[in-house]
Amino acid sequence: MDFFIQLLVNGLSVGFLYGLSAMGFVMIFKSSSVLNFAHGELLALGAFLFLTLATVAQLPIAVAFLLTLTGCFVLGFLIERFFLRPLIGEPLIYVIMLTVGLAAMLRGLLLLVWGGNLRTLPDFLPAWFDVQVGLVRIQPVYMTAFIVGILFLVLFGLFFKYSAQGIYMRSVADNQRAALSLGVHVRRVFALSWGIAALVAGMSGIILGIMNGINVHDLSAVGLKVFPVVILGGLNSISGAVIAGLIIGVLEAFTGGYLSPSLRDVVPYIILVFILLVRPYGLFGLVEIERV
Amino acid sequence: MKRLHFHPCGNYKTAYEDELTLFSTDFGRVCSLAGIAALFLVLPFVSPSYLLYVINMIGIYAIAAIGLNILVGYTGMISLGHGAFFGVGAYAAAVLAATLNVPFPVVVPAAGLITAGVGMIFGIPSGRLKGLYLTIATLAGQFIIEYVLVHWTEVTRGTEGITVPAASLFGLSLQGDRPFFYVIFLCLAGMLWIAVNIVRTRYGRAFIAIRDNDRAAEGMGIPVFRYKILSFGISSFYAGLAGAIWAYYMVSVTTEPFNLSLSVEYIAMVIIGGLGSIAGSIYGAVFITVLNESLRWLTDLLMNMGFVTQSGLNMAPLREFAFGLAIVLFILFEPRGLAEIWRIIRSSFRLWPFSY
Repeated sequence: MDFFIQLLVNGLSVGFLYGLSAMGFVMIFKSSSVLNFAHGELLALGAFLFLTLATVAQLPIAVAFLLTLTGCFVLGFLIERFFLRPLIGEPLIYVIMLTVGLAAMLRGLLLLVWGGNLRTLPDFLPAWFDVQVGLVRIQPVYMTAFIVGILFLVLFGLFFKYSAQGIYMRSVADNQRAALSLGVHVRRVFALSWGIAALVAGMSGIILGIMNGINVHDLSAVGLKVFPVVILGGLNSISGAVIAGLIIGVLEAFTGGYLSPSLRDVVPYIILVFILLVRPYGLFGLVEIERV
Repeated sequence: MKRLHFHPCGNYKTAYEDELTLFSTDFGRVCSLAGIAALFLVLPFVSPSYLLYVINMIGIYAIAAIGLNILVGYTGMISLGHGAFFGVGAYAAAVLAATLNVPFPVVVPAAGLITAGVGMIFGIPSGRLKGLYLTIATLAGQFIIEYVLVHWTEVTRGTEGITVPAASLFGLSLQGDRPFFYVIFLCLAGMLWIAVNIVRTRYGRAFIAIRDNDRAAEGMGIPVFRYKILSFGISSFYAGLAGAIWAYYMVSVTTEPFNLSLSVEYIAMVIIGGLGSIAGSIYGAVFITVLNESLRWLTDLLMNMGFVTQSGLNMAPLREFAFGLAIVLFILFEPRGLAEIWRIIRSSFRLWPFSY
């Protein structure tokens, strides 16, 4: 039973990180219908930026954190401006392949600057985050992930519900042409959503980095694991992404624990195919998919 | 004697057959025959061994890229699993040849057929999905196939790999670059001929109709699902055939090469060459292979230069960066690829000096 609970808690915490990583992805898809294959690289970029600012530049953690988030925001903004804006209205394959190309570019750049070795972030989380619930110990990282995740969910919820920009974003996601004709600045919405998505990605990257260390290949693998999560949760539901992340994380942990450790990494994709065949819009997505 | 046809100065076609001809002028026909003759009779004897190896790789990649172009460029379904299908072909060939001792001329088409079957299974989601959902389904297919190749150890021997016995054709043993050159390029010529003819007959027209508007295609009486599965089958047959030849050429087959980046490379070939152009797939295969090889050469050169070695910088990631950059630049500036660039060059010659 202890084993079961430990697996459950591990799965939930890993799953929460998946959900957190998927948030930025959903954000981009929600406003501009772009599948971002470079998401894992954005995660890695945030983590490396933070690492450099915190260890090489020796900035205080809070300053480094804020600077990293700003940097990621600007980067997302620039990516949209220079790479994705020319492709508005182009066929899907070009948009997908552009993000794939971007992923290769960013990965090459990251490897060139920071190398392929595993790097670890300094341990800076306060000790009182270490929580013991019954028999299960929850590590500070998971606690942080949990707090940050909830914080972002609430923030996003408020943002999309009440702020003007959030409502613009929803309108663009709903119907781009109608939004344009009602005077929504669609290009600004795209740029903003890429900025926010990169910011969220950077933050998730930092948390993943604290947990597992930073390595370009590992983090880009997480970027691919986002696909099962977002499909299960529904491509345009942010809270769906978190819930689906939890489900995928738990399923992974149980397969790893009870069936075989090697099956662990492929289980999300098997689920993915199944979901696509049965319920392509996911658990919480808009039921809009067109059947052929 | 029939008069030679040159480029007409307008559209003088009077029958549908004129639109379907492969060569619109006799000049093109003569040139391509001369090109094929030069390819088979001159190239293998003048090029050094390394160059011949690169040319052979181009040939293998071109076969697989033609298949992917039928799926992506003509049927409009984006597949991120082509590298895995290539791997299925390679493993099918290796298992047939090494474990079951099937002779080479049987193994290659058999591997193609096995891969076509696998491809059709992974094409089943296309019955309900299209666009990005289908792309994600093929991405899942890539990972599932990779997993099976690594973990189905009774057949694939897992990470240990399989050594493929030397191929022999009509009693002649095929070893070295030159015999393989003939095998690869005869296959390429055959597969090219088949692809060009698939595309201009009713199957190709059905694929194009599905690509342009699947609902209209359904309305015109095309059984969309059946043709989509057929397209998956044809495309994977090409991948499997290329994979089988690759397995014989490389002698040993391991699971590492058939990952997602191989699939990405194939898509890059098809996009850079030109979507919906059979010749474009070959240009793309040439471009990507030459790019890869020259980047390898460049990074080796940089690594051995004094100041780089001293600074301890690893230049290998530069390859990945340049590869991504090539894809991005092509998509931003010439999304229709090298085939379009070649068409522009040709027509500017043809219309010179009155360019409009």
